[in-house]
Amino acid sequence: MKISKEDVLNTAELARLEFDDETLSKFTRQLGDILVHIDELAELDTKDVEPTSHVLELSTPFRKDEVNQLITAEDALSNAPSKENDFFTVPKVIEDQG
Amino acid sequence: MSIPRTIKEAAALIEKREASPVELAELFLERISSEDAKINSYITVWKEAALEAARKAEKQISEGNYLGPLHGVPIALKDIFVTKDSRTTCGSKMLRDFVAPYNSTVAEKLMASGSVVLGKNNMDEFAMGSSNETSYFGPVKNPWDTDRVPGGSSGGSAAATAANLCIASVGTDTGGSIRQPGSLCGVVGMKPTYGRVSRYGMIAFASSLDQAGPLAKTVEDAAIILSSIAGHDPMDSTSVNLPTADYASALSTDIKGLRIGIPKEYFISGMDPEVEKSVRKAIAELETLGAEIVEISLPHSRYAVSTYYIIAPSEASSNLARYDGVRYTYRCENAETLRDLFFRSRSEGFGDEVKRRIMLGTYALSTGYYDAYYLKAQKARTLIIRDFDNAWEEVDVIASATSPETAFRIGEKADDPLKMYLSDILTIPCNIAGLPGISVPCGFNSEKLPIGLQIMGKPFDEQTVLNVAYAYEQSTKWYEKEVSPLG
Repeated sequence: MKISKEDVLNTAELARLEFDDETLSKFTRQLGDILVHIDELAELDTKDVEPTSHVLELSTPFRKDEVNQLITAEDALSNAPSKENDFFTVPKVIEDQG
Repeated sequence: MSIPRTIKEAAALIEKREASPVELAELFLERISSEDAKINSYITVWKEAALEAARKAEKQISEGNYLGPLHGVPIALKDIFVTKDSRTTCGSKMLRDFVAPYNSTVAEKLMASGSVVLGKNNMDEFAMGSSNETSYFGPVKNPWDTDRVPGGSSGGSAAATAANLCIASVGTDTGGSIRQPGSLCGVVGMKPTYGRVSRYGMIAFASSLDQAGPLAKTVEDAAIILSSIAGHDPMDSTSVNLPTADYASALSTDIKGLRIGIPKEYFISGMDPEVEKSVRKAIAELETLGAEIVEISLPHSRYAVSTYYIIAPSEASSNLARYDGVRYTYRCENAETLRDLFFRSRSEGFGDEVKRRIMLGTYALSTGYYDAYYLKAQKARTLIIRDFDNAWEEVDVIASATSPETAFRIGEKADDPLKMYLSDILTIPCNIAGLPGISVPCGFNSEKLPIGLQIMGKPFDEQTVLNVAYAYEQSTKWYEKEVSPLG
């Protein structure tokens, strides 16, 4: 299926990405080409076919609930682009009410 | 001392005291420093850490504490396996300064086997690519012809192994990312069964498809590395609790009576005739060695690329949501709000191919399209798996080309993502079904570019896959042909 520029913009919003006009046009064309190819899946009769999300038969493994220090706060913060004490810092979350 | 190319050769030198681990590490570090500028196969070289590991290995060995065939042997790791005390970039600006606070299980196991890690290999950004052109750290070049791509995404691992800038390397394979570069660089590349090797600390691309495996000059070396990294890991609940084997010791060239399926759908139109000729010749060789060749059909293979390019980007869009600019990644300058920080950090930190796949996956999972794309692809996945299940009633392994073509020119497909995606057409089904697969060199085309033969096997039957590849390799010895000195 061809995809519209508006679809691409909506998807970018969901994916937390932004594009300039040139890239937006390029992506609209390229994603459209890929989706047109993928449309061949519609040929498949999958009426009675169960979906596969994973090749292994997974069960939830259980272990004893023991306190175990895997990572310290210092290590967890070691790559932080911005931090204060034991916290990551970010710009203000609540935007000004216009 | 001649420069060792294989684990066997290096281990023999160490055993006979003809070369020490420190001498080997120095030799390979020198090779990297003089040669790697020509192919760009490393992102980070571990000069100090490698020498330190080599000194440790030397001491252990001299004290009579020999750990096995990897002890003191210089190898490398794709820069997707997190390692303490060195950055792990995943080929991305997003992680260019990221130093993990822990080691991936694969790295941990290789170090525990006494191997000497020389550094971290270049790769397509977040393992998304078939040419190693999407790396933030620049493209890798194919050592057989530096105007050409090495394949991807484990292109740095394959190129470094082929050029002998490491004895062997460990890469990852989500849709062919070990086998296709193995084929294009003329080395052995193996993707084990999904679940065979722990994914703990392996930066996630598509979690239901990703699997780590070796790139090496010989099948025996690949088997040695597989034995070292395989096995259950409590830190990865998808790593399977099944016994592993000493795959190298159990290698056998006896394939008499083994049934090898040749899927007719794998000789696709548009396949390079020279590749087809080499692969058919390789199949004839397997028959001469006593295998029974059976034509089979895998009718849904032709839908594998479409299925993959829904499932893999969908999983990727979810996995890559963690790169938010807050905790351990690239952060944009002067963000005014949190929203601004998310959008700009992600848009500046990711390259185009990664963005394309995040977009594709986000779209396929979004309201209104989920059933038509994601659910449909999951059902197609079932059909592709059933094809293999049916095939295993008739045959023990399946053989085909690894890639329908030899190494293409740098830039040739860079502007046409769909064309690039189709280059994985023969390797993707293995990932979709979770099967083990190997690429083993099977000759060269008229331009002296390597061609690969792919062997796929039943789940957790790595040994038979390795044995078929080994039998073929030992009777043809393509691995003896070395890359010419880099120009």
